[in-house]
Amino acid sequence: MNQSNKILNNNITKLVNQPYKYGFSTTIEKDIIEKGLNENVIRLLSTKKNEPKFLLEFRLKAYKRWREMSSPEWAQLKFPEINYQDIVYYSAPKFKKKLNSLDEVDPELLKTFDKLGISLNEQKRLTNVAVDVVFDSVSIATTFKAELAEYGVIFSSISEAIHDYPELIKKYLGTVVPIGDNYFSALNSAVFTDGSFCYIPKDVTCPLDLSTYFRINDQTSGQFERTLIVAEENSKVNYLEGCTAPQYDNNQLHAAIVELIALDNATIKYSTVQNWYSGNEKGQGGVYNFVTKRGLCVGSNSKISWTQVETGSAITWKYPSCVLIGDYSQGEFYSVALTNNYQQADTGTKMIHIGKNTRSRIVSKGISAGNSKNTYRGFVNVNKKAIGSRNYSQCDSLLIGNLSNANTFPFICVQNSTTKIEHEASTSKIGEEQIFYFLQRGISIEKGIELMISGFCREVFTELPLEFASEADRLLSLKLEGSVG
Amino acid sequence: MEVNSKIPILEIKNLRACINDSEILKDLNLTINTGEIHAIMGPNGSGKSTFSKIIAGHPAYKVLNGDILFKGSSILTLDPEERSHLGIFLAFQYPIEIPGVSNEDFLRLAYNSKQKFYQKVEIDPIEFFNLISKKLELVNMSPAFLSRNVNEGFSGGEKKRNEILQMILLDSEVSILDETDSGLDIDALKIISNGINTFMDSNKAIILITHYQRLLDYIKPDYVHVMQNGKIIKTGTSELAKELELKGYEWLN
Repeated sequence: MNQSNKILNNNITKLVNQPYKYGFSTTIEKDIIEKGLNENVIRLLSTKKNEPKFLLEFRLKAYKRWREMSSPEWAQLKFPEINYQDIVYYSAPKFKKKLNSLDEVDPELLKTFDKLGISLNEQKRLTNVAVDVVFDSVSIATTFKAELAEYGVIFSSISEAIHDYPELIKKYLGTVVPIGDNYFSALNSAVFTDGSFCYIPKDVTCPLDLSTYFRINDQTSGQFERTLIVAEENSKVNYLEGCTAPQYDNNQLHAAIVELIALDNATIKYSTVQNWYSGNEKGQGGVYNFVTKRGLCVGSNSKISWTQVETGSAITWKYPSCVLIGDYSQGEFYSVALTNNYQQADTGTKMIHIGKNTRSRIVSKGISAGNSKNTYRGFVNVNKKAIGSRNYSQCDSLLIGNLSNANTFPFICVQNSTTKIEHEASTSKIGEEQIFYFLQRGISIEKGIELMISGFCREVFTELPLEFASEADRLLSLKLEGSVG
Repeated sequence: MEVNSKIPILEIKNLRACINDSEILKDLNLTINTGEIHAIMGPNGSGKSTFSKIIAGHPAYKVLNGDILFKGSSILTLDPEERSHLGIFLAFQYPIEIPGVSNEDFLRLAYNSKQKFYQKVEIDPIEFFNLISKKLELVNMSPAFLSRNVNEGFSGGEKKRNEILQMILLDSEVSILDETDSGLDIDALKIISNGINTFMDSNKAIILITHYQRLLDYIKPDYVHVMQNGKIIKTGTSELAKELELKGYEWLN
């Protein structure tokens, strides 16, 4: 069947190799700190951002830790050593003064975001989503701030929050992901430039979905953003994250930290649609997405739910996790990771059960096409005291073509006898006979694969907020649309 | 029969084809007119399934020589889905399971793909449900089949009925049924045969690939061909099938 496999693979390759739509770059005057990383760069960065002393100390401590650490090597990933001195750590569009209204934003930037489908224009904004927009190192705009403030909800860039709410930042920053948690968290803690901060006060259900849109524009800059979400007792929030980057031949580094804190009865639902540039068909260029995402269910009966659709990046390396401290707290992880060409993804989750009767649910769907490598890595740890806890894990892999690779590394550790654990895993392949079956019934190869993939992902897509579900569908079919020769 | 005056619906001329450099069909000739049912029998490995896949345009097979004409025009360069739109249907010997895709979505997409090809209006799920419900009765399937994934967990008989359902839905003009009778009990065989007989009319043609005379008790073929070693070595009427049932294939050599 070699010959037909070749034909089929060619067809599928054509299909999944659609050009990246967000690959354009914006020419804009920038304020940059020269390439390289040392203490002076960190001090300069902190000065530029006019930060309070505690933050500079936080950064310097992190930098010291980072220098003592080395890049981890345990993942199923292959990439050349990163030269950290060859990265720009601060790149910001130049503004003459602080912006009071979006009308003052550089029209070039507004155009960029319009092109990305994120309208910052007052009239055209999404009506039910507040957006914080991060361009390279800085947040350029946050919509609906005033409206949210009426409910006591704080939604701003983290830089502003550092100035306006230093006590909250001091109290929570680095409490979920400590400085020395891992190599990239130490690096991020030293050089993070912007990101979003959300604070939902007691008894408030956030009236709008909150969202951050990250755009890496500069060719040599890394993006090190930091997101912190605190949900007080009985509060509830939906948070969405989207990302794109221009198409460059070199690799860009994105090392973010996301920290979530849920107090008693609070719920945080965090959804990501990640579409960083993933490199060309030969595997050149693309974003290295090395992210630490973690949520603490501190309060009893609290809930944190991660949903991610990972379609981009040359390398994705992340494990959105939940630490279930409060009794009856719940953690969820729903993931779709699509890799193609030479993309690599090593992603999964950690569910750490500490409180009594805690529950976690993991649904992971990996799709690998081309020469790509897709790995699920999961860790479920149930503590001695976490009696009556439950975990359900399901890991499904779907292979397209003959050259792609799927791995599953579930690790489960249970230290008490009253816990219930379920684990299911499957691997399937879109084979040539399935495709021929579609074709024989008059259904095109695109439609057939689209149908199979959307069926495969359904359980995860239903978890996405409405605005994102259509975005995710669009993204996957974007990767799969096109002519078949 | 006044068939001479019209163009055959399917004409296979001197067809030679191979897979991975191994020649399976060797100078095969066959002419089929509308209104005819042809049965192809023959020992295992004689090339019957290959023949059906080549007509449907399976990419694994390479045509070395000869031609396949559908209503007088060659279809060799057409994609499998174009051949499907023209009205060529293959009921698979082993229908494929498609996890995650509901039978209803699959059937509707197949139907609408053809509608679209002929620039006809695609129909919505509610209209489609009404349409498919009537067809389901013809093969004695319950509507519960629609919400199950395509062929997933179907019994052998259910899979075969699902194939016939698709043939009826797409209203195909040339239907090749590859061992549709194998693995069926008598009741299922009767249901399927009934479905096929109801479906057949003077504008269509059916090719039955089978090992057993049993099927031909229910569906009466106009011609019976014996295929061996990649070509048709004998053609006769349904009497030939009965003779084969008694004597096997050896005596033909």
